[in-house]
Amino acid sequence: MSDAITVRDLRKTFGATVALDGLDLTVAEGEVHGFLGPNGAGKSTTLRALLGLLRPDAGTTTVLGHDPWGDATALHRLLAYVPGDVVLWPTLSGGETIDLLGRLRGGMDEDRRRRLVERFDLDERKKGKAYSKGNRQKVALVAALAADVPLLVLDEPTAGLDPLMEQVFQEELDAARAAGRTVLLSSHILSEVERACDRVSIVRSGRVVDSGSLEDLRRLTRTRVRATLERAPSAAEVTGWPGVADVVLEGDHLSCAVDAAHLGDLVGELSRRGVGGLTVQPPTLEELFLARYEPDGAGAVR
Amino acid sequence: MSEVARLRGLTGTGELLRLAWRRDRVLVPVSVAGLVVLAVGSARATLAVYPDDAAAAGALADLVANPAVVALYGPLGSQTADALAVFKTVLMGALLTSVLAVVVVRRHTRSEEDEGRLELLGAGVVGRQAPLAAALVLAVGAVLAASALAGAGLAAVGLDPRGSLAFGVSWATAGLAGTGVAALAVQVASTTRGAGGLAFGALGAGYLLRAAGDAVPVTSAAHALGWLSPLGWAGRVEPYGADRVALLLPGVAVLVAGAVAAVAVLARRDLGGGLLPARRGPRRAGALLSGPLGLVVRLATGTVTGWVLGLLVAGAVVGSLLGSVGDLTENREVQRVLEQLGGSAGGVEDIYLATETKFAGFAAAVAGIGLVLRLAAAERSGLAEAVLATPTARGRWYGAHVAAGVVLPALLMAVLGSVVGVVGPRSSDAAPGFGPTLGAALAVLPAVWVLVAVGAVLAGSSARLAPATWGVALVAFVVGELGPTMGLPSGLVDASPFAHLSQLPGGTFAALEAAVLVALAAALVGAGAVAYRRRDVA
Repeated sequence: MSDAITVRDLRKTFGATVALDGLDLTVAEGEVHGFLGPNGAGKSTTLRALLGLLRPDAGTTTVLGHDPWGDATALHRLLAYVPGDVVLWPTLSGGETIDLLGRLRGGMDEDRRRRLVERFDLDERKKGKAYSKGNRQKVALVAALAADVPLLVLDEPTAGLDPLMEQVFQEELDAARAAGRTVLLSSHILSEVERACDRVSIVRSGRVVDSGSLEDLRRLTRTRVRATLERAPSAAEVTGWPGVADVVLEGDHLSCAVDAAHLGDLVGELSRRGVGGLTVQPPTLEELFLARYEPDGAGAVR
Repeated sequence: MSEVARLRGLTGTGELLRLAWRRDRVLVPVSVAGLVVLAVGSARATLAVYPDDAAAAGALADLVANPAVVALYGPLGSQTADALAVFKTVLMGALLTSVLAVVVVRRHTRSEEDEGRLELLGAGVVGRQAPLAAALVLAVGAVLAASALAGAGLAAVGLDPRGSLAFGVSWATAGLAGTGVAALAVQVASTTRGAGGLAFGALGAGYLLRAAGDAVPVTSAAHALGWLSPLGWAGRVEPYGADRVALLLPGVAVLVAGAVAAVAVLARRDLGGGLLPARRGPRRAGALLSGPLGLVVRLATGTVTGWVLGLLVAGAVVGSLLGSVGDLTENREVQRVLEQLGGSAGGVEDIYLATETKFAGFAAAVAGIGLVLRLAAAERSGLAEAVLATPTARGRWYGAHVAAGVVLPALLMAVLGSVVGVVGPRSSDAAPGFGPTLGAALAVLPAVWVLVAVGAVLAGSSARLAPATWGVALVAFVVGELGPTMGLPSGLVDASPFAHLSQLPGGTFAALEAAVLVALAAALVGAGAVAYRRRDVA
C-alpha cells in the first residue's frame, strides 16, 4: 500500500514559539491513523500545514501526491476537514452550512448526507448562532463525512459530542475505513484512538516521538503482571530476572512490570513456583502515552 | 414572594454592577462624552453663526418650516437662537441616548446569557434578577449622566438655564424609556440578535411614529401619533420654548413598566430561553450559496439593505433641502464655509450638492470597507479556515470580498445620485438635473475605491492589521475634505484621495485624476491578493 501522507522534517515557528520542530509523519493509504498529543503539542499546526493553510518554514510534505502549499486547490478536491474549533456562520442554518461546504467541495453524496443527518440527530433548521458546541461539531462532521473524498482530516472531532453521538461517530469511522478511505484523526481522547485507529503517532513538542501500530508501541512498553504464588521468591530474586522492574511483593502477592520480550521467561519462572492466580495486563494507550511524556522518557524501554 | 426571597433574587447585584462597569469603563464614558460634545459643540457652532434671535429667525425660518426637515429633526422649540442651537441635537441625541441604553442593557443581560457566561455566574451566589438589575442601574446611570452633563454644558456656554434643563429632560425621557424597552426585549427574545431586533425595531418604530406626527400641523389628528412615542415626547419637551419638563414622567413610567414586565418574564423562563423562540432557517441551501461570492453576498444582504435604505432617506433629505439652500446665500459666512468644503464651482445649489455628495461618498466608503474587512474577520473567527480547506482558491475568496466592497459603494452612490436627481429639481428650480447629479455621485467613487483598496491590501497582508483601515479612511476624509477649512498645509491635503476629486456638479470632470485614483486602487488590490496568497491563513 502506498502512503497517503508523508511528512519529513517539518518545521514551523510563530515568532519565538517553535510549533513544529522537525516533525515526521507517515500515513498509509486506507488506514485510520491516530495523531495523539496534548493541547499545544503541535497537532493542529501539523494539520493546517497538511492543508496548505500554513506555509512551513522547512521540510517536505506530500498529501495524496500533492504539495499542500503549492497545490492546495487540487488537493482540497480530495479531502474533507473538520477543524478543531468548529465555527459556523451565525446567520446560516445547519442545513445551509452543510450544503455550502458540500458545494464548495464540488458536491457530496446526497444519500449519505440524509443518513448522517438522521444518525447524528441533527436539527438542520437551527441557525449557526443557536447551536451548542456538540451540535456545531455535528454540522461539521456531517459535511465532512458526506463528502465523496478519499481522505478525511479530523481535528479532535468528538469534542463536545455526547457518548451516544461518539458511538455513532465511531461507527461512521468504521464505515469510512471499510470504504477504503484514509483518515487522519487528531485527538487527546485515548479510548477513541485505541478503538478506532490502525496506527498512531504520538506528538510531543512539535515532534513525533513514536509511531506505529498499538501492538508495536506496546512491545516497547512493559506489561504489568500480577500473580499469587504458592512459594513466593524474595523481591531481590525477582528483580534479578531479566526485563523485570517495579517489583512489589506482599506476602504471596507479586506485582511487577516486564518487557514484552521477557514475558515468556517470567511466566516460566512463576509457574515453577506454583501459580494460584495470574493477570497479565498489556499497557493501556494511556500508559504508552504517559511513558512518552515523562520528562526523560524513562517509561519506555529503548 | 417573601421579602427574603425578593432580596435573594437581587443578591450579587453590587458585584455584577462593578463587573459591568469594569467592562464598560471605556464604552460608557466615551459614549456619554461624545453625546455631550455633540450637543454643546453644535450649539456653540450655531451660536457663532447666529449670535442673536433676529439672525436666527430671519435666516432659517424657511428651513425649519420644511415638513421634511421637521420630520427628520423634530419641532423647533421657538424662533430663538437657543432653540436653533439645539434644533438638530434634541431628537438625534435622544435617539442616540436610547441606543446607548439598549446597547448597555443588552450587553450585560442577553449577550452574557448567549455567551454562556451568565450560566457561570448564575451557578455562583448571584440572584436571578441581579444581572438585569445591574444592567438597568448602569444604563440609567449612563442616560442620566449624558442628559445632565449635556444640559449643564449648554447652560455653561450661555444658553438659557431653564431651557437647558428641559434639554436634559428631553434626552432623559427618551433614554429611560429606551432602558425600559430594552429590559423587556432582552427577556422576551432568546438571542442577542433577536433582542437587538426587538429593541432597535421599537426605537425605529417610535422614530417613524413621531416623524409622522411632527410632519403635520398641530391641529391635525395625525399629530397625536407623536404622543405614542418616547422620541415624540423628547421632541415635544421643546427646550428653549415650551420647556415641558413634566414629560420626564412618561419616560420614567415606561422604565418602571418595562422593568416590572421583564422581572415577570424572567420568573417564568429558563436560562438561555425567552418568550420568542430563536428564528429558524431553511433546511437546505438556496442556489445563491454555491460559491465564495454567493456566500459573501448572502451574508451581507441585511447590511446592504440597511445601507441602501439609509442612502435613500439621505438622498430624499438632501434633495428636498435644495429648495432652502438658495436662502443661505444671504449669509456670507455660510457661503464661505460651503465654498471651502465643496469648492467654488457653480451656484450655491451646486456647492451644497457637491459637499453632501462627498460626505455620502465617505459613508459609502465606510460601507465598502466594512465588507472588505470581513475577509479579516472571517480569518480571526476561523470561518476562513473552513472555506479555504475546500477547493476554493485563496484568490477567489479574497476576490469575492473585494468585489463586494467595490460594488456596494457604487450601488449606494447610484441610489443617492438617482434620488437626489429626482427629488432635487422638484424642490428647487436652480437644482442640477438628473444626469449631472447622478454623475457627481458616481464621480466620488475613485476616491472611495482607494479607501476600500487600502482595506483590501491590509486585510490581505494581515488580519490583525486590517482594522487600521478605519483610521486611514477617517484621516483621509478629514484631511482631504475638511483640511482646507481647518487651514492644513496643501501638501498634506493632497495626500488624501478626496482632494483629487472633481468639483461636481458645476465643475468639469477631471478624467486623468479619476483614472490615476482607480489605477492606484487596482494596484493596492493586486498587492493585497499577492500578499494573501503568500501568507499563513488560520
